[in-house]
Amino acid sequence: MSNTDFALAVEDLTVSFDGFKAIDSLTLYIDRNELRVIIGPNGAGKTTLLDLICGKTKASAGSIKFKNEELTRLDEHIRVRRGIGRKFQTPSIYENLSVFQNLEVSYPAGRSVFGALGFKCSDEVKARVQVVAEEIGLADALAMEAGLLSHGQKQWLEIGMLLMQEPELLMLDEPIAGMSARERELTAELLKRICKNRSVIVIEHDMEFVKQIAHKVTVMHQGKILAEGSMEAVQADPKVIDVYLGH
Amino acid sequence: MNNLTTWINKRGLGSVAILALLLLVAFPLIFDIFRLNLIGKYLTYGFVALGLVMVWGYGGILSLGQGVFFGLGGYAMAMFLKLEASDPITTKIQSTPGIPDFMDWNQLTALPLWWKPFEHLPFALIAVVAVPTLLAFIISYAMFKRRVGGVYFAIITQAVALILTVLIIGQQGYTGGVNGMTDLKTLLGWDTRTDSAKYILYYLCTFLLLGSVLLCLWIQKSKLGTLLLAMRDKEDRVRFSGYDVASFKVFVFCLAAALSGIGGALFTLQVGFMSPSFVGIVPSIEMVIYAAVGGRMSLVGAVYGTLLVNFGKSYFSESFPDLWLFLMAGLFIGVTMAFPEGLAGVVEQKVKPWLRSRLAARKATATPPAGAMPATLRPLRADKTADPLPEGVGSQRA
Repeated sequence: MSNTDFALAVEDLTVSFDGFKAIDSLTLYIDRNELRVIIGPNGAGKTTLLDLICGKTKASAGSIKFKNEELTRLDEHIRVRRGIGRKFQTPSIYENLSVFQNLEVSYPAGRSVFGALGFKCSDEVKARVQVVAEEIGLADALAMEAGLLSHGQKQWLEIGMLLMQEPELLMLDEPIAGMSARERELTAELLKRICKNRSVIVIEHDMEFVKQIAHKVTVMHQGKILAEGSMEAVQADPKVIDVYLGH
Repeated sequence: MNNLTTWINKRGLGSVAILALLLLVAFPLIFDIFRLNLIGKYLTYGFVALGLVMVWGYGGILSLGQGVFFGLGGYAMAMFLKLEASDPITTKIQSTPGIPDFMDWNQLTALPLWWKPFEHLPFALIAVVAVPTLLAFIISYAMFKRRVGGVYFAIITQAVALILTVLIIGQQGYTGGVNGMTDLKTLLGWDTRTDSAKYILYYLCTFLLLGSVLLCLWIQKSKLGTLLLAMRDKEDRVRFSGYDVASFKVFVFCLAAALSGIGGALFTLQVGFMSPSFVGIVPSIEMVIYAAVGGRMSLVGAVYGTLLVNFGKSYFSESFPDLWLFLMAGLFIGVTMAFPEGLAGVVEQKVKPWLRSRLAARKATATPPAGAMPATLRPLRADKTADPLPEGVGSQRA
């Protein structure tokens, strides 16, 4: 596989579960500083694709290159250290810890056993927590136990935990699921702000929301890419209308 | 003085101080040396319970084989003491003088090679910690790197406990078999069976136990402690935050094993023998009961749990020799049903709030309410949350 200027280059990626190809020789390139939205019907393989990129699922064949480095054989935590952040579909936060601790634990220092033993919550860490907390609108809730946050706030907290690590590629799986209209607006603004210095991949179903944020849209269907391009172009594509958007 | 009290409270050291007073001052004053020696024996199980708080309460890894590590530590110590007790003069009636009696009974004519290093105390002391830790490392590395966890891991630890018991009993000539290693008398010529030696060993045990509590407390309050809690709740989130989850689990499992080994060695010293009945499945599960009764999130609670269950055991077995096992089972089931967070949970959720409300009520009658205002109106500052959870009990549900 050749080297590219892309932040992420997925080429001929395949994964099969007992013969069923959830991802079928898929090729996808993500630019630096791009916000890409992936849409598609249920079972199209969107979440599986993110699982493959972050290492939760191992690829059967093909290549995933992040800044020209092959990822497929790296462990999950190594991929994270290379700069890949992943938000899960259901908010995945530490419910028993405070919001502050949730963010503090995500700070990328003291990641080894003995590093963690010697880790000091320095002013630098506190300042970073403060900045991120303000970014995600939880600066007033730092002392709160994370389990007591509303569903939308939990989603933001998880995004904040990823921002603590300053990832170069951020992958968000349905970030606005279960959010109110107001929360959706705030999330859209948040995503527009945070995609400035990094590439972002978002899986989403809400077309209004996709229109607001997407630079480019990829439509997946049965483990393959059905269409790719601007929102308008994709929406006008007869294949997409046929399998996904409906008549 | 005020500064000191806040410093102690902030680090959750108040309860450790109370425990220290109880163990170092109250018990030696109340009990005679026979009972104190018995308590010293119980406290050696306390090391295992502390390890279980770390590995099970904090790490969410249930191990049903901690007796293995307790036993290995105990045997390492016993091997040294046994060799010292088997000098050629005392054992001159044996067909091969100078080797432990059980070897002679099993027709061994020379000390096995792997016993040789145990003639040296420094080696034996290192082995007390190193052997359990190494075995724990091998087991946990193999399991956790393959992401084996939960009930499967518990079953593996049970299997290890069974295997080690069978091995010890089967290799009578090398291990003393089912009787274990008995007739341990002196440590570098110092008779460990006298009353004064028992006092010294009790204090040694207590100091080491309190030191272990402080060490574990420090780990709990470090980022590693927070990570353990985080891993217990959302392992994947920790993994996808750039941490090698397995290495943290291996660390905490090895820590628990090392503590258990120290406990085992102190057991051997205080009780004067070591046998496979402290290694197998039943004692291993009993040790989990100590932590469960005391409260698996509370270090100090686990020590109280150990003492209480063992007091109960000796009281019931002395008073109701036919019924005591049922009474013990009743105690365990009752406590875990009524108080899932153990005794520490009861203290944290019932006793402390009650005391606080009584105290507040008394204050309110003594001083005009305005005087108490500033304290309650103190704004919640962001950096306050940097302190880990108080006492580790109140807000956590497993």
